[in-house]
Amino acid sequence: MSLFALLPAAGPGPLEVTLHSYLILSALLFAIGFFGVLLRKNTLVIYMCLELMLIASTVALVAFSRFNDTLDGNVFVFFILTIAAAEVAVGLAIIVALFRKRHTVQVEELNALKH
Amino acid sequence: MANFLFYLFAFLTVGCAVLVVVSKNAVNAAMFLLLSLVGVAGLFVLLDAALLAFVLLLVYAGAVVALFLFIVMLLDTTPGSLKPFRKSTLAASAVGLALLLLGVLSLRERTVLVSLPPTDAGPTLRAYAELLFTTYLLPVQLVGFLLLIAMLGVIVLSKKLPAKEDAP
Repeated sequence: MSLFALLPAAGPGPLEVTLHSYLILSALLFAIGFFGVLLRKNTLVIYMCLELMLIASTVALVAFSRFNDTLDGNVFVFFILTIAAAEVAVGLAIIVALFRKRHTVQVEELNALKH
Repeated sequence: MANFLFYLFAFLTVGCAVLVVVSKNAVNAAMFLLLSLVGVAGLFVLLDAALLAFVLLLVYAGAVVALFLFIVMLLDTTPGSLKPFRKSTLAASAVGLALLLLGVLSLRERTVLVSLPPTDAGPTLRAYAELLFTTYLLPVQLVGFLLLIAMLGVIVLSKKLPAKEDAP
């Protein structure tokens, strides 16, 4: 709450919800997903954080499309959802194949290309 | 009222996203991802995109998170403790956060973002269909091909190939 109060939008009041509020929320969500990808070591959790980043971009798209009175952003979200579903299916298949071969999902132990 | 709902859903989304990152157990992370998606779906409803909220819950909560839980159960990894982060990783994170903050702040300072008043009822299903079948007809077909390729890829990846001798 206080974060949004610190960043007043161009609307009438500081707590009025405008496009800026949604953009800040989207950036925050993206940053959280980004940190998750950087900091976590479990491949499955890294994948979940990738999903968070995709979702953050969809929030920004829908907000732009709503506040500009168009529909193209919403249609783009359809495509993003489809791509995300395909990506998750392929990625999880890769993780399972990797686990079958190496018996671990921790990225620190998957360093065969390093040496 | 709409403002209050925005803050409620925003808090739910961001809080659960943080819990996804910090929870030790992968099952808990998947559950918090589910809650975060519910918050995003609420935000979509506030943005007059109820159809997208429905599709998001259907695709993500119904398929993606279920798939995640299934894989976590299948792999049966031990819930390892959160290891201390490396210095270089923390520095990279700090630089990334600073750049992102700079971008958002410059967006606020340098540009005028117009917020049009909402239309009366929001987009209808017919409007989506008209766009998808006229302007975006080619992308829809490409996405169909992509799904087909992904399906084939998953089948190839998860099939146990017969052990062939390692020819040099």
